[in-house]
Amino acid sequence: MAVTGILLVLFLIAHMLGNLKIFSGATSFDHYAHWLRDLGVPLLPSAGFLWIQRVGLLAAVLLHIWAATVLALRARAARPVRYAHRKKVRGSYAARTMRWGGVIILLFVVYHILDLTTGTLNPVGDPSRPYANVVADFAPERWYVTAFYTLAIVALGFHLRHGVFSALRSLGQQTPRGEQRARLVALVFAVVLCAGYLVVPFAVLTGLVA
Amino acid sequence: MDLFTEGDPIADTRAPDGPIETRWERRRFEAKLVNPANRRKMTVIVVGTGLAGGSAAATLAEQGYRVKSYCYQDSPRRAHSIAAQGGINAAKNYRNDGDSVHRLFYDTVKGGDFRSRESNVHRLAEVSVNIIDQCVAQGVPFAREYGGLLDTRSFGGAQVQRTFYARGQTGQQLLLGAYQALERQIGLGNVEMYARHEMLELIVVDGKARGIVVRDMVTGEITTEFADAVVLASGGYGNVFYLSTNAKGCNVTATWRAHRKGAYFANPCYTQIHPTCIPVSGDHQSKLTLMSESLRNDGRVWVPKAKGDDRDPRDIPEDERDYYLERIYPSFGNLVPRDIASRAAKNVCDEGRGVGPTKLGVYLDFADAIDRLGRKAIEAKYGNLFEMYERITGEDPYEVPMRIYPAVHYTMGGLWVDYDLQSTIPGLFVIGEANFSDHGANRLGASALMQGLADGYFVLPNTVANYLAAGPFEKVDATHPAAVAARRDVEDRIQRLLAIDGDRTVDSFHRELGQIMWEHCGMERSEAGLRKAIDEIRALRDEFWQRVRVPGNGEGLNQSLEKAGRVADFFELAELMCIDALHREESCGGHFRAEHQTPEGEAQRDDERFAYVAAWEFTATGEPSVLHKEDLNFEYVHPTQRSYK
Amino acid sequence: MNLTLRIWRQSGPQDKGRMVTYQVDDVSPDMSFLEMLDVLNERLILAGDEPIAFDHDCREGICGMCGLMINGDAHGPQRGTTACQLHMRQFKDGDTIDIEPWRARAFPVIKDLVVNRNAFDKIIAAGGYVTAPTGSAPEAHSVPVAKADADAAFESAACIGCGACVAACPNGSGMLFTAAKVTQLSLLPQGQPERFTRVIGMVDAHDEAGFGGCTNAGECTVVCPKGIPLTTIGRLNRDYLAATTRHADTPGT
Repeated sequence: MAVTGILLVLFLIAHMLGNLKIFSGATSFDHYAHWLRDLGVPLLPSAGFLWIQRVGLLAAVLLHIWAATVLALRARAARPVRYAHRKKVRGSYAARTMRWGGVIILLFVVYHILDLTTGTLNPVGDPSRPYANVVADFAPERWYVTAFYTLAIVALGFHLRHGVFSALRSLGQQTPRGEQRARLVALVFAVVLCAGYLVVPFAVLTGLVA
Repeated sequence: MDLFTEGDPIADTRAPDGPIETRWERRRFEAKLVNPANRRKMTVIVVGTGLAGGSAAATLAEQGYRVKSYCYQDSPRRAHSIAAQGGINAAKNYRNDGDSVHRLFYDTVKGGDFRSRESNVHRLAEVSVNIIDQCVAQGVPFAREYGGLLDTRSFGGAQVQRTFYARGQTGQQLLLGAYQALERQIGLGNVEMYARHEMLELIVVDGKARGIVVRDMVTGEITTEFADAVVLASGGYGNVFYLSTNAKGCNVTATWRAHRKGAYFANPCYTQIHPTCIPVSGDHQSKLTLMSESLRNDGRVWVPKAKGDDRDPRDIPEDERDYYLERIYPSFGNLVPRDIASRAAKNVCDEGRGVGPTKLGVYLDFADAIDRLGRKAIEAKYGNLFEMYERITGEDPYEVPMRIYPAVHYTMGGLWVDYDLQSTIPGLFVIGEANFSDHGANRLGASALMQGLADGYFVLPNTVANYLAAGPFEKVDATHPAAVAARRDVEDRIQRLLAIDGDRTVDSFHRELGQIMWEHCGMERSEAGLRKAIDEIRALRDEFWQRVRVPGNGEGLNQSLEKAGRVADFFELAELMCIDALHREESCGGHFRAEHQTPEGEAQRDDERFAYVAAWEFTATGEPSVLHKEDLNFEYVHPTQRSYK
Repeated sequence: MNLTLRIWRQSGPQDKGRMVTYQVDDVSPDMSFLEMLDVLNERLILAGDEPIAFDHDCREGICGMCGLMINGDAHGPQRGTTACQLHMRQFKDGDTIDIEPWRARAFPVIKDLVVNRNAFDKIIAAGGYVTAPTGSAPEAHSVPVAKADADAAFESAACIGCGACVAACPNGSGMLFTAAKVTQLSLLPQGQPERFTRVIGMVDAHDEAGFGGCTNAGECTVVCPKGIPLTTIGRLNRDYLAATTRHADTPGT
C-alpha cells in the first residue's frame, strides 16, 4: 500500500504542477502538453515516455487496489460475525473513509481519462488543444462537471490525509513526536494538493481563465 | 467432641545443618541429579502459572523434563501474581546502605515474627540476587536511574532500599517475564499447556503423587493426567473471606484436595491483612482493591483526633489530626509492617474515629509530599495508582486524601513442605503462596514475588531432581484403581452439587462465610469468637449442601459449578483455620488473639509454648484433624519482641 | 438507577446466538460494571435461568481477563479503563446498554460473552520473549539501559493482553498487541540478538491466527485500557522491513 501509494503521490505532485501551468496562458500550457509527449525523443518514439509513465502508473494503481482489496477481504474474514452495536471509527473521518473514498477516486479517474485524455466525454475533445479542452470542460453551464471534480478532489484529499500518514507509519515512523509531525505533514500535503487541483476548475468557472 | 487431636511431632528431614550460609550449597551438592538423557522420559505436572508455577514450568522444561502445565484462567499470563504492585526484594545492596543477604534473612525472620524456618529464609535471601539478574536478562523493564542502572526503593518493614520495581506493576512485569519463558517452551513443544483447566483431585499411587484429575472448563470433560511428580503452585486461599484482594477465581481447591489425600496443611490461621486497600462501598462489593504499600513511603496516615468528626478532611487543621502511626511508632512511622499498620487502623476505627461513609477507613494523605516534591514527581511515582483510586471511588487523591482500610491480602499458611519443598506426600511439591514455608506469621512487603520466583526458578528445579533421580516410576494410566476412584470422586461431587437444586446462590453462601471469617478470624481473634465461628461455619456448610442452587449441567462452561466446588472446599478450610487460630494461644504476626496482648496493645508471642509450625493432618470430613508440631529453632536470629517504635 | 441491558447470549460455539433484553433495577453508582452483572446473574439463577457467562478474574484492571463490548466501545465509555474497573457512575438512570463479546475470527465465542484468546499466546510463543534460560543471566548491572529506553519499554510492556485492540479494530487486526511486545523487547539491549527473528515470527503467527491487517486506523490505541501508543506499530513495521530486507539470513548485519 505504502510503496504504490507513494508512487501515485509523486505522480499527483507532478500532475498538479503541470496543471498550474494553465495560469501562464494557452500557449504555454499547450506547449507543456506537447513537451510531455516529446519527452525523451528521439531516444524514445513520440509519446514513449508518456506510455512508460502510463504503464507504470497503471501498475501502481492496480497493485494499490489489489493490496487494498486483500486488506479489505482479510478484514471481512477476520470478523465473520458483526457487532449489533457498532460505533464509528473515531481515529479520523479520513481513516474511516479510506475504502469508499478509494472507490470514488477510481470512478473519477476513469471519467477523467475519458474526459481529458481521450477526449471522449469532452465538449471540445481535441488532444492537440488541451487548454481549450479544459476551458470548455469547466464552463459555468457545465457546473455539474466542476461539482463532480470537486467532490472527487476532496475525497482524494481525505484519502491522502490518512494515506500519507499511514504510509509513513508503514515505512517505520516510530516516535511520538514523529507521529505528530507525520500527521501534520499529511494534513498540509492533503490541503495543498486539494487547493492546487481545485484552483484550475474554479479559475475557469469564475472566468479567471478563459 | 474435641476439635482436634495431637499426633507425633514432625521434622524437616531434608534441611542440612552446619553454618547457615553453606546449607543450600550443601543441599544442592548432596541432591541426586538426573542425567539429561533421562529427563526426557520424565513428566512433571505443574498446577498454576503464577510467578512460582510459571517459572518452575519454564525452568523444568529448559532442563529437559516434559512438563504439563494447568491454569484455570484463559491464559497462563493472567495468574494473580500479575496484580502485585509494589516490588520485589533482593539483597543486592546497590544502594550501599548496609544491606546484605544476612540482613534480608534477618529482616524476613523478624518480620515473620519468628515463626519461620531459618534455613528456608536464608536460602530465599541468597537466591534473591539471582532473581533480579534473571529477570533483567528476560527483558523485564524495571525502573532505572538516569545513569541506566536499576532503581530501588524502601518498602514496608525495611530500613534499607532493597525493593526493585517496575512502576506500580512489578508483579505484572515479572509474571510476563516468566510467562514469556513458558510460552517459549510451549512453542518448542517442551510444555503442554492446558488453560481453562481446573485441578479437582490428586491421584496418589503407592503413596506417591502420580497425577491429577482435571476438568476442562470449556467442554466439561473430566480427565486423569499422570506424571512422575506433581507440583502445586496454585496460590493462596484469601478468598475464603469472600472479600479480599485476590482475584475472583483464586481458590484453595488444588491444595485442599491434596490435603485430603494426605498432605499436611501448615499454619492455616496466618493471614495477612493489607493495610492500604480501598474501603468497601456497599453490599454489592465483589472484591477489594489494593493500593500499593509503596504509597506509605510518601503518604501520611491520619484520622481526626475527635470522634465522629465529619468535616471535609481538608478543613481539619493540623493540630486536630492524629498521625497515629508516626505518633505510636516514631522510628518506623508510616512504614511499620503490614500487620501493625492494619491493626492500628482497626483500633482507631473501633474508637469511632474512622472516616468515610462507612466509618471504616483512615486517610492516606499526600498533601505534604505534593508540597515537598511537586505534583509531577508524585504523578511519576504513583500516577497509575492515583488514577485507579479515582476510577473506583470517583474522588481525586491529588485534591482529597485517599481513604484506605485493611483487607485480606495474602495467606502465609499453606501446605507443609520440607526444605526440598516437598509435602508429606512423596512426589508432591508445593511452591509459592500455596506452601507455608518462608514468611512465618507475617510476610514483609515485596517478599511474595521474591519467594514465588525463588521457588520456581532456583529451588524447585534443584530439589525435584533429587526425587526424580529414583524415577522414572512405574507407568500409571487411567485404568489404575487409584485413578478410577479419584475420577469417580470428582464426578460424584459434581453430580451432587448439580442435584441439590436448592434456593440459594453459591455467592450468597460465599458472602456469608466471608462475613463469619472476617468477623471472627480476621484482624483480631478471640476464643469465644472462634468457637462461635466454628459452629456457624458447620451450620452454614450443612445448609450449603442442602440449599445451594447450581444451574445448568456439567457439560460445557458452567461458572456457577466452578464456584460451587471452590466454595465447598473453602467451608472445610475455614473450619480448620478457626481451629488453628483457636489452638494458637498467642499473638504473632498476622494472627492476633485478643487475649494475648501487651498492656500497650501489641501482639504478645509465647515462644515457650508456640515456637512451632502447626501441621494439620486430615482424617475424614467432620472428624477432628490431627496436629503435628514442627519445632522451630533459632540459631542466628534470636526471638525478641518485635518493636517498630 | 434502573437500566435496560441487551446482552449477547450464545449457549455454545455452535449456537447462532442473539441479543436478549434484561431489566436491572436499583443499580448503585458505586457498583462496578461487573458487579452489576453479578447482581443480574444472582437474580437469573434464582429465577431458574442460566446466568450470563463472562470472563473476569482480578477485577482490578491488570489480568486482562475481562473484555466486553459495551455500547460499541471495547471496555465501555471510559478511556483507559477495563470493564472491571468501569463503574456505574458512568451511566445514567434509564440508559439502555448493549453488551457483546469481542468479535473476531481469531477469538471464537465459547459461551455468551466468553471468547477464546489463545491466539495471543501463540503470537508470544512465536517470538515474544528473550531466550534467557534460568541460571544463565549475567549480573543485572552489567548492561545499563538508558532511562528513556527503559521507560518506553515499560510503556509497551504494560499491555495486559485483553484483546480490546482487536475488538475495536475495523480490520480485526491484532497488530497493537503484537507491536507492544516487539517494541518492549526491541528497545532493550537484552532483546537485540533476537530482534529480527522475533518480529518475523510474531507477525507470521499473527497473520496465521486469522487476524486482519493493520491500516493504521488508530482505533486500537483509543480503546486500549493501558494506552499503548500507535507508534509501537511504526517500530514493528521498521523492524519488519529491516528483518525482511537487510537482515534476511545474513549473519553479521
